[in-house]
Amino acid sequence: MPDKPSAIVVGAGFTGCALAYDLSQRGFAVTVLERGEIASGTSGRTHGLLHSGGRYCVNDRESAVECIQENLILRRIASQCIEYNGGFFVALNDEDLAYAPRFVEGAQACGIPVEQLSIAQALRLEPNLNSQVKAVYTVPDGAFDPLRLALAFAASARWLGAGFRPYHQVEQLLIDGHGNCAGVQVWDRSADKRCDLRADLVLNATGAWAGSILKGTRAEVVVTPTPGVMVAYDKRLINRAINRLIEPGDGDILIPQRRMVVIGTTSYETEDVDYIPVEADQVAQMYRDACALVPAVAQTRMRGAYMSARPLVGKGQAGRSLARTFKCFDHQESDGIAGLITITGGKATTCRAMAEAAADLACKKMGIQAACATAETPLRSYRDYYRAPGGAQ
Amino acid sequence: MSSERWHITLAVARYKQGADPHIQIFELEVDPDEYVLDAVERVWAFHDRGLVFRHACHHSTCGACGMRVNGQEKLTCITPIRAVCQKDGTLKIEPLRNFPVVSDLSVDMTSLYTRTESAAGAQVLNLKHSSLPFEKNLFPDDGLEHERLSDCIECGMCVSACPAALTDAAYAGPAALAAAHQTVVQKGLSALPAWVDSAEGVWRCHSGFECSAVCPSNVDPAWRIMELRRLVILNRVRCLFGLNKD
Repeated sequence: MPDKPSAIVVGAGFTGCALAYDLSQRGFAVTVLERGEIASGTSGRTHGLLHSGGRYCVNDRESAVECIQENLILRRIASQCIEYNGGFFVALNDEDLAYAPRFVEGAQACGIPVEQLSIAQALRLEPNLNSQVKAVYTVPDGAFDPLRLALAFAASARWLGAGFRPYHQVEQLLIDGHGNCAGVQVWDRSADKRCDLRADLVLNATGAWAGSILKGTRAEVVVTPTPGVMVAYDKRLINRAINRLIEPGDGDILIPQRRMVVIGTTSYETEDVDYIPVEADQVAQMYRDACALVPAVAQTRMRGAYMSARPLVGKGQAGRSLARTFKCFDHQESDGIAGLITITGGKATTCRAMAEAAADLACKKMGIQAACATAETPLRSYRDYYRAPGGAQ
Repeated sequence: MSSERWHITLAVARYKQGADPHIQIFELEVDPDEYVLDAVERVWAFHDRGLVFRHACHHSTCGACGMRVNGQEKLTCITPIRAVCQKDGTLKIEPLRNFPVVSDLSVDMTSLYTRTESAAGAQVLNLKHSSLPFEKNLFPDDGLEHERLSDCIECGMCVSACPAALTDAAYAGPAALAAAHQTVVQKGLSALPAWVDSAEGVWRCHSGFECSAVCPSNVDPAWRIMELRRLVILNRVRCLFGLNKD
């Protein structure tokens, strides 16, 4: 039997872990290199909303359709780390009410099941909801544990033979005499050693860092790292995700998670994504927005404030105008560099579909016929990441 | 998140595979309302890109960032600097005990994840099984079935603080025993894993209650271990009288 084609996946966020799983399933020998630990970048700090797509069904229907499709798939394959209690879209004023017909129409067009509840019924289901709500619609939202979702994909990949190397930072891409990508130069931060790793394909799954990892090559990917601030409060005041019935904006989603509620988020742009401080005024804004949806937040202790940098593809005046869809770049076509693929953009909810698209392209390039099979079988227990054959990492 | 600025000293445990462990000093300007993890991350971002530490969610839902801060186990993402340090003070940051150190502040969690898996600990539970029985009316109740992510975030801080785990590496430890208790609450006594009733299981605990003292997530492992002992005895008595069905 011929050797398996080899692939290096750079980045162990949701996309990198799901991609390692998909590629391993389709016959690649996969090595995942991650600068930190599993999900230590954008993925780990995500809000944790398993989107129904309702947030995007008016302005960004492509993303909305991706979300509802993947919502149902993740519910099937990753129920081990998802609270699937549904969600509300709530109107708080006349402006919100005016948005409702567009929301209902958009949801129907995207295949998102929505249902209007009476105010009394909504308040019976969620007694802490702002009693002044003017309209309430249900959507199939959920809340997930970010680290465990990534670990579940990584566990499934490891049990198919993928190797994970945390604390391995890719310092540069190795470009051969033909100008093609032959591998990576990597710094093992846990042993303070450097080495070169070669592979048939390098897949850049570094999300908000997708542009910076290509520096030094002719390849370019325009990603606008768009951080948002989230604040967690110390009491589970709701069982469902509460979305404000307005166009996507700041502080419009409050989700339950374990014993907490988490409000998000803001949106601004930054150049350096390695360290972004959480600003006090944004925390105060999140507090006001959370109180508008669920007034009891005002009597609840703040548990933590944090931020996460979305990887939005393209450049826009404001991050809100950029689509939440993902994009897969074949750098042979765009820049004449064979052996290099970038997958970025997207949302946590759509990570499996992102991996599928990148793995489809990888298979096409290596002449592999295998079809994607990640949507059907439940993922292994996330704890199997640590129990994989061959022991720890 | 204030305009106040403190000058603090971070004494960070460093270790690279094959080299000697040591403490390295970093001087930082911090906002005292920021979290200890922010300070650690800033050391990495602005002082030393070689610093290795575990972190993911930054809001206490994942359990990756447990460390010892001035000798005490803390979930660093929700521990404000003000809560563990004085103005112009020192923060000593070390990795958790009772786990092998991978590098610097990062430990290998294999033993914990493997043991909680063998306790069949579920991460998503029905709301009514998801808390301690003496906690009442914690969550809004609409009479419908709801799911909730389990309280245990597998941070390993209970194992780090446990005096019995320090002296016996084979001890299952508080996290795994708490998971076993959770499993029994959810599925009944027949789901009790056999290893619970053994010298390395529920009987190794010295009732120090250090685990419950450091748990950041309301699991109360010590109470669960005591309760598990009662259930183990109950199970033995039932076996004695042939009351258990296989």
